[in-house]
Amino acid sequence: MDKRINARIDTQSSVKISTRIKNLIALLPLLILSLLLAPPLAAREAQPLVADEKTEQRMLLLADELRCLVCQNESLVASHADLAKDLRQEIRTQIKQGRSDAEIMQFMVERYGDFVRYRPPFNRSTWLLWFGPALLLLLACISLFYQLGKNKGGQQQRRKLSREEQQRAEQLLALPEPNAGKTNFPSETKR
Amino acid sequence: MKIKRWPLAACFSLLALIALIALLALGLQLNPRELPSPLVGKTAPDFSLMRLDKPAQSFSPKEMLGQVWLLNVWASWCTSCRQEHPILLELAARQTLPIVGLNYKEIRGDASIDQDKIEPSQELLVAQRRAQDWLSSQGNPYQLTVLDLNGRVGIDYGVYGVPESYLIDQNGLIRFKHIGPLTNEVISQSILPLLAQLKR
Repeated sequence: MDKRINARIDTQSSVKISTRIKNLIALLPLLILSLLLAPPLAAREAQPLVADEKTEQRMLLLADELRCLVCQNESLVASHADLAKDLRQEIRTQIKQGRSDAEIMQFMVERYGDFVRYRPPFNRSTWLLWFGPALLLLLACISLFYQLGKNKGGQQQRRKLSREEQQRAEQLLALPEPNAGKTNFPSETKR
Repeated sequence: MKIKRWPLAACFSLLALIALIALLALGLQLNPRELPSPLVGKTAPDFSLMRLDKPAQSFSPKEMLGQVWLLNVWASWCTSCRQEHPILLELAARQTLPIVGLNYKEIRGDASIDQDKIEPSQELLVAQRRAQDWLSSQGNPYQLTVLDLNGRVGIDYGVYGVPESYLIDQNGLIRFKHIGPLTNEVISQSILPLLAQLKR
């Protein structure tokens, strides 16, 4: 009895499952169709963030070379200061006016001084800035070789011991070692 | 031998250390905001901006040729301007020299204003009202004030920290620039001597 009932239930459920699969298969073409159609509908190529990409790239290159005077350790690209924003806009305007990079750089230096440039020009007030590191290295090398030379001389000048010193040294060497005969630990000897 | 060499090396290192400390201490004393302006000694950049008192008229630095005058950059949102204001009022009261105010980005420079909420057509009106209110409450030391709404003239003058002041001579050359609020020391030690020298 029990087995029959079970079998009937089994066939019933299998029928249910097969109808579900059929339904799904019927829906499949619709699903595929929607998958095929969806991407072109939903996604579009990303819009450029700026209208004129060439100008923007040139502006960014230039602004990266310029210091923001409000937050002095940031470049005009990195800074969020109002002045940086204004100056970036000014660079864009000048690029569109057909000015060269050198002219724009000159424009900035005329107003804010050499300090505005991250790569300062070489002149009377900046020579130490440019050659300072090399100068320091040279100084360090000189002092290093001086020290090495001195040590070498020290080794050559290793003097001989005087007679008294020689005798004292021999005496010390002749003395028995203070730990002689105590090679074993006390605990071990007890055992 | 060894005993003799030691103090020399020690003295040398100590001296080097002291020199380094002195150099660093000197560096700490300097104010990185005080930059030598490349504009000093050059002609004051020309501009033509709307006057605050007479909006129908504009002002150009050329009108001041023949006089030694002070161009003072200010804004109502600038707190240091409040600090230097009494000094400007005193200069004006003594009639030491004419002072022209350059109101720098009255609206756009104010971080507390949501820029999107102000209609471009309203910007000028709001700026005029704010600047006038400020002058009537704090006192007006200026012969006249001009409005630099977008800060473009400020760029030409290398303005990067309001307030800034420029001393301009009879020939229109910038002779001195001060960044930050004017103090009595700056007036007595830099501006007055220069003024006396220029007026000679």
